[in-house]
Amino acid sequence: MQAKLSVVALSVAAALAMTACGKKEEPKPAAAPAAPAPAAKPVIVVKLGHVAPMTGPQAHLGKDNENGARLAIEELNAQGLEIGGAKVSFELLAEDDQADPKQGSIVAQKLVDAKVQGVIGHLNSGTTIPASKLYSDAGIPQISGSATNPKYTQQGFKTAFRVMANDVQQGKALGEFAAKQGAKTVAIVDDRTAYGQGLADEFRKSAEAAGIKVVATEYTNDKATDFKAILTKIKSTKPDLVFYGGMDAQGGPMAKQMKELGIKAKFLGGDGVCTPEFMKLGGEATEGNYCSLPGMPLEKLAKGPEFKDKFNKKFGAEIQLYAPYVYDAVLVMADSMKRADSVDPAKYLPEVGKTKYDGVTAVIEFDEFGDLKGGAISMYQYKGGKLEYVETLGGGAMGAVKEAAAEVKEAAKAVAGAAAAAGSDAVKSGAEAVKGAAEATKAAVEKK
Amino acid sequence: MDIFLQQIINGLVQGSIYALVALGYTMVYGIMGLINFAHGEVVMIGTLVAISVAGTLIKAGVPVALAGVNGLAAAVLVCMALGWGLERIAYRPLRNAPRLTPLITAIGMSIVLQNVAMIVWGRNYLTFPHLLPKVNFEFAGAHFTAIQVMIVGVSGLTMAGLVFLVYRTRLGMAMRATAQNPQVASLMGVNSNRVISAAFVIGSALGALAGVMVGTYYEIAHYQMGFMLGLKAFTAAVLGGIGNLAGAMAGGILLGIIEALGAGYIGDLTGGFFGSHYQDIFAFIVLIVVLMFKPSGLFGEKTGDRA
Repeated sequence: MQAKLSVVALSVAAALAMTACGKKEEPKPAAAPAAPAPAAKPVIVVKLGHVAPMTGPQAHLGKDNENGARLAIEELNAQGLEIGGAKVSFELLAEDDQADPKQGSIVAQKLVDAKVQGVIGHLNSGTTIPASKLYSDAGIPQISGSATNPKYTQQGFKTAFRVMANDVQQGKALGEFAAKQGAKTVAIVDDRTAYGQGLADEFRKSAEAAGIKVVATEYTNDKATDFKAILTKIKSTKPDLVFYGGMDAQGGPMAKQMKELGIKAKFLGGDGVCTPEFMKLGGEATEGNYCSLPGMPLEKLAKGPEFKDKFNKKFGAEIQLYAPYVYDAVLVMADSMKRADSVDPAKYLPEVGKTKYDGVTAVIEFDEFGDLKGGAISMYQYKGGKLEYVETLGGGAMGAVKEAAAEVKEAAKAVAGAAAAAGSDAVKSGAEAVKGAAEATKAAVEKK
Repeated sequence: MDIFLQQIINGLVQGSIYALVALGYTMVYGIMGLINFAHGEVVMIGTLVAISVAGTLIKAGVPVALAGVNGLAAAVLVCMALGWGLERIAYRPLRNAPRLTPLITAIGMSIVLQNVAMIVWGRNYLTFPHLLPKVNFEFAGAHFTAIQVMIVGVSGLTMAGLVFLVYRTRLGMAMRATAQNPQVASLMGVNSNRVISAAFVIGSALGALAGVMVGTYYEIAHYQMGFMLGLKAFTAAVLGGIGNLAGAMAGGILLGIIEALGAGYIGDLTGGFFGSHYQDIFAFIVLIVVLMFKPSGLFGEKTGDRA
């Protein structure tokens, strides 16, 4: 009896230990020796680390990110970039953080020890934030294509950059959008990750500011598949809208289970659920609902369709979500090295901050925190198994310019109106109108 | 009240799934005293095989019902072979090794199976084809579907079938004899190797059945789905008294209902201090309390040392 019980106890302990450490499967590309130097030109190998979950529930997104990085690196190597008089060959060290903050720090340390010259990633905010300290201490520049939690760039690290709008911008846009859709009450669910929680908090602020009442707040985790219990509770509060801060693997089944429970509320989410996977998992329950993505839709960008073709051809797979951003992140890093004419992190780091790079996803410029300048947020609707572009909200610089232009137009109209107004006594009123127009223009420019 | 009833239904269905998986754990433990941690992965492989077979057949124009039956049959066969192979390759050579060794091997096999599944089926989520028509019922304000009714029914029937097998057939008698003392049983002419293989094969077939149920219910599958499911089912088996068939069933359903009620009411009970993400606390507090007062689980002692 005693022995048997100890086996049970042991097993419980082993099981807990397993949950604690997760699975340790780390794809480790062997550090290939530098290709033999052709003739005179020396070749330097630049090692870039890439971190994303390659196993676990978000492995599909991790693979997508890695593909984006691989595409960029292959193109760079094909171009035969020269930095500091030497030919540069880029090499990707891909690591798996399992979307787990603890594992994220372990692989970050591994990359630091491997003396990588730069890091692309991580995918999740929850893993990016703790890892960014290690990179900062080692002076290694880090560009994430998908970590949207504002905290990442607010820690005062000079090495932390992101090429995507953050969740303050996204949460604000989502809250305003919900109000515009006529929602009066909302239930908020998040997955308790840095990303999900951060986005849900920003959404709450914005929704409450827009006069929407939050009637329920529920939580799940990023590994769950059953949401019936929390949805049943939400049902009793009868919200107009259910907002989910989290990823597609949970969002899809959640939307489906909402329908099964007879909840009539609309579903709204951020970039984590704005994926083809979400619609696949949620089925018809996703139809007609909305989600947001930082940036502009790929089809509307000058280099978007070309990137999509390249990607599909190379990997035989659809872009899941962040691949174009990760692709840009790699190119921004290479561009900074080129401008600094050095692959030494200490030398090219200052250049990263001065980036002005015309990438696939946007013209990338960083503010003093390392955040993308003027990140736009686009809303999409799930329609017939496809994401349909609805509108672009916020969008810092672009939006302000557009507004300014509109106001100048108004002013011009006023001038024209004044000119058309009756004859010579209109001179005075005409002058006033011009003054008004000038003021309007001034105000518009100031706004910008 | 309708909310309470809905939570009970949610918990009952979730619990039936746990119970179905827990039966596989408890059966192997009852006979060998081994916790087969790879059982969750057997369930996962069952789901994925069913998706592949049923999905391909539906695409080829086979009627949905027939495709579903074929998918289930394929899943059961593959998992039976897998269970037999696991025992033969991973556990039999360690039959007389210290208790810790097969346990670690089981964890190792679980990781191997996960990664094999990742290579075969990929990292993406797979959607399970619609096998059953979506029929919704409403009872006193609570909603439930035909699939949920089926899950509860199937797990009840399965347990009844297993009890019949263990207590009313010759194989069952051999199993009970092996459980009591493998050496003596083999002296009495029981081929204990065959009995243990049979336990693994039957347990894995149940795992496949559970996998197909999980697949039809959530309509989603992934190579890592077996891990948490296996852990919860293992908890259910311990709660009910591991090694005891009725205990696994009761433990599973109890765990499911505690979880659902926990998630539904923990916020109200603690004035919002604990949110619904603490739902597992309820389940594990109950587990700890039960183990403190009844160290062998709720039904563990009724059957003595081994099932």
